[in-house]
Amino acid sequence: MASTSDVAAGATPGATPSRPGPAGGLPTPATLPAGEAGGPPPRSRRRVRRPNWVGGLMGWLWLAVIIIPIYWIVITSLKPSSEYFTTNPLLPSASPTFSAYQLVLENDFVRYFLNSVIVTVGTVVPAVLVSFMAAFAIVRGSGRFVRFSSGFLLMGLAIPLQATIIPVYLLIIRLNLYDSLLALILPSIAFSIPLAVLVLSNFVRDVPNELFESMRLDGTSEWGTAWRLAFPLTRPAVVTVAIYTGLQVWNGFLLPLVLTQSQELRVLPLALWSFQGQYSVNVPAVLAAVVLSTLPILVFYVVGRRQLVSGLTAGFSK
Amino acid sequence: MTTTTPTTTGSTGAARRAPAPGASEHRSVKTGSVAWMAIPAVAFFVLFGAVPLIGVGVLSFTQWDGIGAIRWLGGGNWASVMTDPVMYKALGLTFGIMIFSWAVQTPVSLLLGVFTAGTQKYRAVLAVLYFLPLLMSAAAISIAFKALLDPNFGLAASLGIPVLVQNWLGDPTLVLFVIIFVLSWMYVPFHSLLYQGGVQQIPRSMYEAASIDGAGTVRQFFSITLPQLKYTVITSSTLMVVGSMTAFDLIFVLTAGGPGDASRVLALDMYLRGFRANQMGPASVIAVLIVLIGLGLALFLRRLGGKDANSSQMEGL
Repeated sequence: MASTSDVAAGATPGATPSRPGPAGGLPTPATLPAGEAGGPPPRSRRRVRRPNWVGGLMGWLWLAVIIIPIYWIVITSLKPSSEYFTTNPLLPSASPTFSAYQLVLENDFVRYFLNSVIVTVGTVVPAVLVSFMAAFAIVRGSGRFVRFSSGFLLMGLAIPLQATIIPVYLLIIRLNLYDSLLALILPSIAFSIPLAVLVLSNFVRDVPNELFESMRLDGTSEWGTAWRLAFPLTRPAVVTVAIYTGLQVWNGFLLPLVLTQSQELRVLPLALWSFQGQYSVNVPAVLAAVVLSTLPILVFYVVGRRQLVSGLTAGFSK
Repeated sequence: MTTTTPTTTGSTGAARRAPAPGASEHRSVKTGSVAWMAIPAVAFFVLFGAVPLIGVGVLSFTQWDGIGAIRWLGGGNWASVMTDPVMYKALGLTFGIMIFSWAVQTPVSLLLGVFTAGTQKYRAVLAVLYFLPLLMSAAAISIAFKALLDPNFGLAASLGIPVLVQNWLGDPTLVLFVIIFVLSWMYVPFHSLLYQGGVQQIPRSMYEAASIDGAGTVRQFFSITLPQLKYTVITSSTLMVVGSMTAFDLIFVLTAGGPGDASRVLALDMYLRGFRANQMGPASVIAVLIVLIGLGLALFLRRLGGKDANSSQMEGL
């Protein structure tokens, strides 16, 4: 974390080039390795960034590729079902209606939504706590078991959930958990652990050792140090990991498909799929369901875009 | 020790670097009393990760219909799957989709990443919009595109461009293009985020030096940006390649493997054999193949990246 703020600081001197003397010297020395510190490096950006025609063209082209389908989804979901077959698909309805949304909501959407919430929260909270503990143990501990855990969980990154679905199914049957929300939660926790531990341990490692040392001198136990010192200090990473895990689980499809069967246990993606099978003729309703299932994440995106973006690239930006 | 508190702004670069050697000193003193805190995570992953991984290997030598008893079979499943043309077709399709979607997504994500890393305001706005597909589940995206591509009432029918009015999901060749397109639609935003992060970590001084030496934009892109993004390219490619080995949700909802088995990729082949045809043994063989091929590709790409891939960049938060 300390290193990221250095990078941010490294970008700032360019913004205040007109301040000479000791004041101007303050932020620079800590930022970049020698060579930069002495002279006046600023007035960078404008000159460096020349127009990038290829990138620009691609940028606008891709915007169209992204926006046209989304636009079409939204306007179609607002059409009366009878109008869908007769009107121009690219024009919004003259008499927009929420009837499609009403139909979706009447079809137990709220229940599926709650199921998704339960599974997501039920996965994220234990997964993050357990991963944080492991990350703390890996950074602070020593000995054979810690080394084994570290290597083992790192190896776990390479195991794809899809390829283990058959034994997971067998395991869930044997545990008498088939067709329950817990059946979705347990494997989801397990498969979110490796990446969470990797990201969190990188951040726990950044906590200055002096702080650990002073906690120790105060007589705080390692357990207390973990939750009262390291956890608050690594909160940005915890949030990142929670969001990444949450999105994976929220959008997950294979586990619910294989491990549940009753209608009242459907989570949103699965409900969406069966809804589509059931109402395939009523396209506005199907698309309303698509919109409704995306809405919670969209709200989240509007509120906490930065956390969401960093959450998505968790651990991969290395 | 108190003199090196990291918050003091006046500390010089040398002083800032001081804690590092001290840290390793302290580390050797600490006790092993925290090791137990790793137990819950390890236990979870043993039960639902490692055991299933071994289990899938074991199950590939058994006969099981998903409900009844599991019987030992020996190498029968392997022999039958390895001579099954359906598997080879699935394997070919998986590689085809993998290679083509890589070839589409990488340049697009790279360009978009470089583009959105720029400092202009409007680019930040565009980046917000690019991100939208990432909010949707694969199921939602597939369902939307299924309706959108409908040859009679979909989007293309209205635009009056005959080329676009095709039976996109009903033609065994076209369906592959559709899958590659929808996969790209879904995943390019993620990969361009990776590239954007990578570009932002390239030291500005390199570009300054290059432009002083008279290097143009194109030259700078190929001589600085691209080489500096080497590890990002490898990370992104690994995720794409391994991801397309396991791509299931999107293709399952979009085509269910059809028409016929024109889009029956390995992950789908595994699911259909196991949970539709109730042949868990052969399905487990496919699962083992997926793991092995995925692992092989990941290791191969890692080799391409060289050994010091970890030391290259920091967290891009």
